[in-house]
Amino acid sequence: MDLIPDARYTESHEWVRWDGDDLVCGITDHAQESLSDVVYVELPDVGDELETGDIWGVVESVKAASDLHMPMGGQITGVNEALEDEPEIVNKDPYGAGWMMRFRPSDPSQYDMLLEGDVYEEFAAQEEG
Amino acid sequence: MTQPLLFEISRPGRCAVRLPDLDVPPTDLPAGLVRSDLPLPEVSESDLVRHYTRLSQMNYAVDIGLYPLGSCTMKHNPRINEEMARLPGFAYLHPYQDEETTQGALFVGYSLQQFLSEIGGFAAVSLQPAAGAQGELAGVLMMRAYHIDRGDPQRDVMLVPDSAHGTNPATTSMSGLRVIEIPSDGRGNVDLASLETACVEHSSRLVGMMLTNPNTLGLFEQNVEEITALVHEHGGLMYGDGANMNALLGIARPGDLGFDVLHYNLHKTFSTPHGGGGPGCGPVGAAASLADFLPGPVVAMDVEQSEEDAPHFTLVVPPKPIGRVKAFYGHFGIWVRAYTYVRMLGAEGMRRVAEHAVLNANYLMSAVKGVYPIPYDRTCMHEFVCEGRFEDAPDVRALDVSKRLIDYGFHPPPNYFPLIVREALMIEPTETESKETLDRFADALLAIAEEARVSPELLYDAPHNAPVRRLDEVAAARNMILRWQPE
Repeated sequence: MDLIPDARYTESHEWVRWDGDDLVCGITDHAQESLSDVVYVELPDVGDELETGDIWGVVESVKAASDLHMPMGGQITGVNEALEDEPEIVNKDPYGAGWMMRFRPSDPSQYDMLLEGDVYEEFAAQEEG
Repeated sequence: MTQPLLFEISRPGRCAVRLPDLDVPPTDLPAGLVRSDLPLPEVSESDLVRHYTRLSQMNYAVDIGLYPLGSCTMKHNPRINEEMARLPGFAYLHPYQDEETTQGALFVGYSLQQFLSEIGGFAAVSLQPAAGAQGELAGVLMMRAYHIDRGDPQRDVMLVPDSAHGTNPATTSMSGLRVIEIPSDGRGNVDLASLETACVEHSSRLVGMMLTNPNTLGLFEQNVEEITALVHEHGGLMYGDGANMNALLGIARPGDLGFDVLHYNLHKTFSTPHGGGGPGCGPVGAAASLADFLPGPVVAMDVEQSEEDAPHFTLVVPPKPIGRVKAFYGHFGIWVRAYTYVRMLGAEGMRRVAEHAVLNANYLMSAVKGVYPIPYDRTCMHEFVCEGRFEDAPDVRALDVSKRLIDYGFHPPPNYFPLIVREALMIEPTETESKETLDRFADALLAIAEEARVSPELLYDAPHNAPVRRLDEVAAARNMILRWQPE
C-alpha cells in the first residue's frame, strides 16, 4: 500500500496533511483499493463545523458505501468539486488530485494524536487478516 | 441484448387491446391533467406476448433452479398457496365490501395474526406493512412513539451492529434517529464490551437496538439474552429484523429472547413470491408494551365462537397507532398464501423447515470449506458467508466467482455483503433443495475455484452463456440512465 511521508492517518482510513493552517483530507490508497472503483463521493458544505469522529461525507463504490469521519474537530474550508464529475480520481491519485476536503482544526495539537504512516500500515495489514 | 424494447418494435397504429364501448356518461378530465406528449409504445398482441415470453425465457427464477441469495430466503413457492389465493371468494373481494360479506377473509387475517404472534412470541401483529423495509420503518416508529408516549422524547440513538442489513441504518435515519454502529467480535457476535460502552454513553438517549438473529454472517447471536438485557437496562427497546427467521421457526421465539418488536418477511420465511414475483408483505409483531402503537387497522374477533354464535371478525385501529402504512389493509393475497403455508406445515412442519434450512446450509459450507475461506468458522444457521478469494489466484475476486456461477446455471449469491467480510459470498440454499442440487452447486463452486487457479480469464470474462455478458457496473453507477428516452 502506498503512503505519503508528511501525512497522518486514522483507523477509518482517512489521511490528513497540513497546508498552511488547514488540514487537507482524503482516503488512503489502501481504502481506495479495498473499495475498488469509486462511483460517487458526497462532500460536506463549506462552513460546516464538525467534531472529531463526526461523519462529513460518503464514498461509494460498486461494492460498498462508506462513511467518512472527521479525524479531528474543525470547520470545513474547502471541498474538491472535481470529484463530483470524476470520482475515479480518488482511485487514480488518492493522496493528490483525489483529495476530498480541507478543514481548519479547532485544536491543531490533536494532529499529533493521529497515526503515523508505519503504525497505520500495521493496523491496515492486521485488519486485512 | 437480443430482445428489443417495446418502444423499438412500436409502429404507429398497432394495438394489442380493444376497449369495449363506453357504457357510462363520458366525463372530461380536468384541464391540466390532460397530456398529448406521452410516447407510449404501439404493438400488436402477438408481438407483446412474444416480447414478454422471450424476456421470461432469459430470466432466472426459483422455478428454474437454486437461488442461493443469503438473507433473502428464496424458497420454493408451493402451488397450493396460489390455488388458495385464486379462490374466487378471495380473488374478487373488494376492499369496500361490507364486513358481513367478508368474514372468511377477516378470519384468514385474524388467524394469520395469531399464527405469527405464536411463532414469534409476541402479543399482537399487524399485517399492514407492504414489505420488510416498511415493516422495519413501522417497528422503529413504534419504538419512537413508545418513548414519546412515556415522556421520553429526547431518546434518539439507535444501536446497529456493523454486520446489519443496510436497511437498518437507513430505517433509523428515515425515522429521524441517529445510528451508533457496534462492532462484531472475533466470533462474529456483537461485541459485548463495545455494546456496554455505547449503552452507558447514550443511556438517556437510547431508543434501542436493531438486531438480526441469526445475524448476516449466518451465525446465531450467542449472547442475545445478555444483549437484550443490557439494552433494556438502559431503557432501550430491542428491534428484531426478521429477515433470517427461517432458521428459528418452531425452535426459538424472538419474543422469548427479549425482542420487543420484529418484522416478518412473508415473502421469505412464509413462502410467498419474492422479488419481481411479489408483492412482499412485512407484518410487524409487538410485545404487549408496544401493541397499542401497531399500525392499523388490524383484525379483531368481536364475537367469540359459542354454542349459539359463529365467531365474528371486524377491523379495528389500535389505541395509539403510528398511523396507516399501506392503503386499505395490506397485501391480502399474500396473507392467504402465508396462511396456507402455515396450515399445510403445522407446528411440527414449521420446525422441520428450520432444521432442514440449517442442515442444508451446513452441508454446503462443509463441501466448500478449505477451498473458500470461511472467516467465522462456526456451525452456521440457515446461511453462511465465505470469501470469494484464493491465495494462489490473487487477482480473482468474489464478483468474478459470482459471474462464473451464471455459466454453470446458478443464480449467484450476494457478494460484498456483509461489509465486515472481505470479498464476501453469502450463501443461503433454503430447506427445499435436495442433496443432489446442493452437490451440483458445491461442485460448481469447487470447479470455479480450480478455474481461478488454472485459467482465471474464464472468470474475468464471465458470464459467457448468458443473454448479456459482463455488465459495466462502474459505468452504470457513474452515469445513471434510468429510463428510455426517445431519440
